Amino acid sequence: MSEQTPALRLEGIVKTFPGVRALDNVSFSVMPGEVHALMGENGAGKSTLMKVLGGIHQPDAGQIIVGEQPVVMALPLEAKAKGIVFIHQELSLAGELSVAENIYLGELPRKRLGLVDWATLYAQTDAILERLKVGFDARTRVGDLSIANQQMVEIARALTVDAKAVIFDEPTASLTDAEKVVLFDVIASLQAQGVGIIYISHRMEEIFKITDRISVLRDGQFRGTLKTAETTEEDVTQLMIGRKLDLSRAASDHELGDVALEVRDLSCGKLFNDASFTVRYGEVVGFYGLIGAGRTEIAETLFGLRDPSGGHILLDGQETRIQSPADAISKGISLVPEDRKEQGLVLGMNCRDNMTLPQVDDLKAGPFVAEGAEIAIFDQYRDKLDIRTPGWRQIVGNLSGGNQQKIVIGKWLSMRPKVLIVDEPTRGIDVGSKSEIHNLIRELAAQGYAVIVISSEMPEVLHVSDRIIAMYGGRITRTFGADEVTEDSLIQAISGISHAAEPRPQAS
Amino acid sequence: MPPTAEHKASPSGRTESWFARLNITGLLARQGILVAFVIFMIGFTVANERFLDPDNVMGVIRSSAILGVMALGVTFVVISGNLDLSVGSMMSFSTIVVLDLHDKIGPALAIPAMFAMTLCLGALIGFLVGYLRLNSLIVTLGMLSAIHGLTLTYSGGKNMDIADKEGTWFGVFGQGDAMGIPIPILLFVLLAALLGAVLSKTPFGRKVYAVGGNGVAATFAGIRRARLVFCCYLISSFCVATAGLIQASRSLGSQNTVGQGLELEVLAAVILGGASLMGGAGTIFKTVIGVLILGFIQNGLLLVGLQFYVQYVVTWIIIILAVWLDIAAKRGKLWSPIA
Repeated sequence: MSEQTPALRLEGIVKTFPGVRALDNVSFSVMPGEVHALMGENGAGKSTLMKVLGGIHQPDAGQIIVGEQPVVMALPLEAKAKGIVFIHQELSLAGELSVAENIYLGELPRKRLGLVDWATLYAQTDAILERLKVGFDARTRVGDLSIANQQMVEIARALTVDAKAVIFDEPTASLTDAEKVVLFDVIASLQAQGVGIIYISHRMEEIFKITDRISVLRDGQFRGTLKTAETTEEDVTQLMIGRKLDLSRAASDHELGDVALEVRDLSCGKLFNDASFTVRYGEVVGFYGLIGAGRTEIAETLFGLRDPSGGHILLDGQETRIQSPADAISKGISLVPEDRKEQGLVLGMNCRDNMTLPQVDDLKAGPFVAEGAEIAIFDQYRDKLDIRTPGWRQIVGNLSGGNQQKIVIGKWLSMRPKVLIVDEPTRGIDVGSKSEIHNLIRELAAQGYAVIVISSEMPEVLHVSDRIIAMYGGRITRTFGADEVTEDSLIQAISGISHAAEPRPQAS
Repeated sequence: MPPTAEHKASPSGRTESWFARLNITGLLARQGILVAFVIFMIGFTVANERFLDPDNVMGVIRSSAILGVMALGVTFVVISGNLDLSVGSMMSFSTIVVLDLHDKIGPALAIPAMFAMTLCLGALIGFLVGYLRLNSLIVTLGMLSAIHGLTLTYSGGKNMDIADKEGTWFGVFGQGDAMGIPIPILLFVLLAALLGAVLSKTPFGRKVYAVGGNGVAATFAGIRRARLVFCCYLISSFCVATAGLIQASRSLGSQNTVGQGLELEVLAAVILGGASLMGGAGTIFKTVIGVLILGFIQNGLLLVGLQFYVQYVVTWIIIILAVWLDIAAKRGKLWSPIA
């Protein structure tokens, strides 16, 4: 097997942009039937490399070799014709059309007179879906499918050509743990069919679960290829960021304060029921569960975005009602929302204006906004959070994901809240910035903030939380103290297993 | 293929090099309106030497004042991410009401009464779009027709005239001047300065940009979006009332369709100035520029000898051009198959 020719080989790829050497002599190859991870921080050159591979950019030097043939891809469509297929993070499907129509969009089989040959279309599509072993058929409306199944449609689209290499770009970004399993099965079956797979992801657990080899890029340079079985997360991370990363458990070593927030039997329609928990000053409470378990909805209720259907909220021991986000803010609750581009930022606005938005009414000199005070706030949190931007005038949409997230965090910290709720703090952020944000969360707790962290990533919850609340189906199934949590018990708690089958009393 | 200006400077593809900014299509895309305006002005001046005559220039500004005052208010609505197509027929309403009340209760009471009634209309639209979250295009298009009907009902279908045109001071808003400057221009400039400061300097103005730029993020920042949209429509109706006052005062009589079609000219001026129909971008200063460009082009076409009715066609062409260049500026190219 080792004498095989690679499915896809890149040799000495160089790509420069004015002022930047984006790719500097990058070479690597993927064998047929191999899953090869491509890793690197944001800006390391992964995207540029993929654009070169996809025919969007032309390399200044170097060769792309598919099978034994050097190829030149002048246009995006040529890559697919040559057997190189991309599965992008963002899906590009027409929700109102059927699965079959989406898969063959632009190349629907025709009868004479130009009418669509539906019989052939559905037969061909079902044949492909058969290979993927999915639970839906060619006629299903794509809009009715889950995100994971929509991704399957994208993959099916890739299989309409004789794919030599399939490139997955952050495919699990919006999948639940259960859906990931299905995706990994499909990847395994592609692998078994001799397709070479390039797998781009920030998530270490996945990389170590499904890949054979790992190649790392840093600053546009190829840093080496490791055999997955013979390496560790620490080694890979070190190769990626050029230093070591501390990922140990980080429970508080400081004294906890009084109870800042107490929630009793809080319910909101069908979204969640009878949630009771407390958060103390100086404590980080992690909420862990599957998407749809009700975690975000609890946060939104605490922030006044949803009306609770029952229960009590106590701030500093005083019962309170939170009627709107403005009300929540004035009572000292801040929410760093799940989706920073949709909910957290006005992307077309500059850094300063975004950061001071919730308090702009209070920053007044006469009738006008006190711009000096705004700039002072921005400077303070830029330094505190190490936000890398040329200046406050920079449009937020031009910053990297990590820096955008820091702007959102800075925005809410500058409100000096009692309770800070952070929903998915590191979604779509590279490893380096991720650990900075984790450290920041720990630091905030040490400074006395009461912090709630909602996350779908187990290592993250384990790393930052003092206590972990597990949710399943709108209910809190278990609360774990720092020393009693294990990965297994956590998985059981969020998949509803411990809820029914584990009679042992909860530690409290 | 070597890297071209099209391939932006950094691998992230976001920031552009100074070189990319210098290219001609980029310049045209960014400053297209101004370039077109300069070409028009030169052309008109060559075609008719009276075009840049101080009297003609003053005349253009003066006749643009009514449109301009309305455009100031619509700028708030557009930046907050909505539309207002009702301003034309609302202006007819204000004009007719104030003329009618002038003879019934006297000008001193007629003016505040008219303002109150017009603000009520603005409040209704603001309630429907802001609090009930109905689509602003549908609401204001419906209001365009509804207010027109209201005006006709109110006036009994007749045109309105002040009985004693000699014996009233009411003409001062449309015909008077102060320090040699016509009052309509003065009102336009004062209102522009006031609203310009509100939009660019106050917390309220900042929130207008935030709501138009990303309404969801604004809500998450604690901004009361409904109230803010409501206020934008109030500002718009206040401007309409002012325009109606100038219009009524100018001729002391009016047809009940006097504002018909103005809503599109107002929108054209606002977009010409560079406010984005998507919301979140634009300024009062740019709107004033847009108003003047539109006024000078229409005047120039008349001086060149084109029929008045051709203006409708030209206005439409200018709107299309403005929208195209607005999109082109965003993608840095005049045409692109995606986005």
